Amino acid sequence: MFDSLATATMDTIQQVAQATAGTTDSLFVAIMKGFSNLAIPVILFVVVVLGFIKKIKVYETFIDGAKEGFSVAVNIIPYLVAILVAIGMFRASGAMGYFVRLLAPITNLIGMPTETLPVALMRPLSGSGSLGLVTELMNQHGPDSFIGRLASTMFGSTETTFYVIAVYFGSVGIRKSRHAIASGLIGDLAGLLMAVFICQIVFG
Amino acid sequence: MNYIWLALMIISLVVGAINGQLEAVTKAAIEYAGVAVDISLGLIGIMAFWLGIMKIAEEGGIIRLLSRAIRPIAKFLFPDIPPDHPAIGTMLMNIIANWLGLGNAATPLGLKAMKELQKLNKSKDTATNAMVVFLALNTASITFIPMTVIAVRARLGSANPFEIISTAVFASTCATIAAVTAAKLIQRLPNIRKSDPNRLADKKEKGGGDV
Repeated sequence: MFDSLATATMDTIQQVAQATAGTTDSLFVAIMKGFSNLAIPVILFVVVVLGFIKKIKVYETFIDGAKEGFSVAVNIIPYLVAILVAIGMFRASGAMGYFVRLLAPITNLIGMPTETLPVALMRPLSGSGSLGLVTELMNQHGPDSFIGRLASTMFGSTETTFYVIAVYFGSVGIRKSRHAIASGLIGDLAGLLMAVFICQIVFG
Repeated sequence: MNYIWLALMIISLVVGAINGQLEAVTKAAIEYAGVAVDISLGLIGIMAFWLGIMKIAEEGGIIRLLSRAIRPIAKFLFPDIPPDHPAIGTMLMNIIANWLGLGNAATPLGLKAMKELQKLNKSKDTATNAMVVFLALNTASITFIPMTVIAVRARLGSANPFEIISTAVFASTCATIAAVTAAKLIQRLPNIRKSDPNRLADKKEKGGGDV
């Protein structure tokens, strides 16, 4: 599948569990992982039991709510086609290379390795695209190199802005997004700059 | 969005022509159109599931309880939304799901929240200020366990795949603060103010007149 959204979270958790079977987690990580694994079962339990206590017909109510699932998913289609096609074309055209050359002098100034610039540019556009770039970089330079760590931090520090905006607004039929994209991109920029800053301090 | 979409299209076609990549560009267009439909249809099951659960949560009073718990923060972030409105509780659930890295739950909950926000929107095709702030929270969402990238690091043999958690949390916290601040500041600009659907509707109800 395509974006972080579509990848099954459980699969990823299992992969991580297998891949890190030998390493011991810090307490923080162990607690956070425990939370993640338990969160959904706990939410389901609380919701259903509380519904029962309040004498709600839980089954009928569930069906009532679930009915809307189809229309929400279908409503998103035109918005997602529009944005994904544009991004796909942009990637295939090779325009990214020009942008990297254009911006390289600026990134050199703040001590950001030029290799990580495509990740920064791709992150708001495409989840799978930027993950592919991060993976490539770590393959080349190693996951524990500065470039590998910075690229990972960049990927983990923001969401795929254009994708989120298309899906969220698409689901309720909003076409005029006003300042949503500007705010999202300012957030992305701040996240990327702070990723460079904190990685230089922690790993530099 | 109009200009961004236009720019992406024109840049792709022009640069594609210069690079002799036009064939790849058209191929990508067709391929990604299919991918978009796959993603949307893939959402149906999980969407139906969470909407069903949320309906029970709503009628059972959990959403109202959550809304009340974060009233002070909600008042600051979403002054346009009545504090007891189910939108607040639903947005909180979406944000918690994001924190925990539960992508499969976060999106359906977020879309449910958009539905609630849309009920308070007086013009159905234009984003409200509350929606933009909510999207700002989501596009820069803080995730305490960025599972996908951790999994890739682990697969590539990192000595400590989790070591990027602290840096990512720091960077995404800054991103979130920046995005929300930007949303709050930009909404004061005259042009953006004018396009606020709820403000326009208010003015019409009061019989017009410049403010």
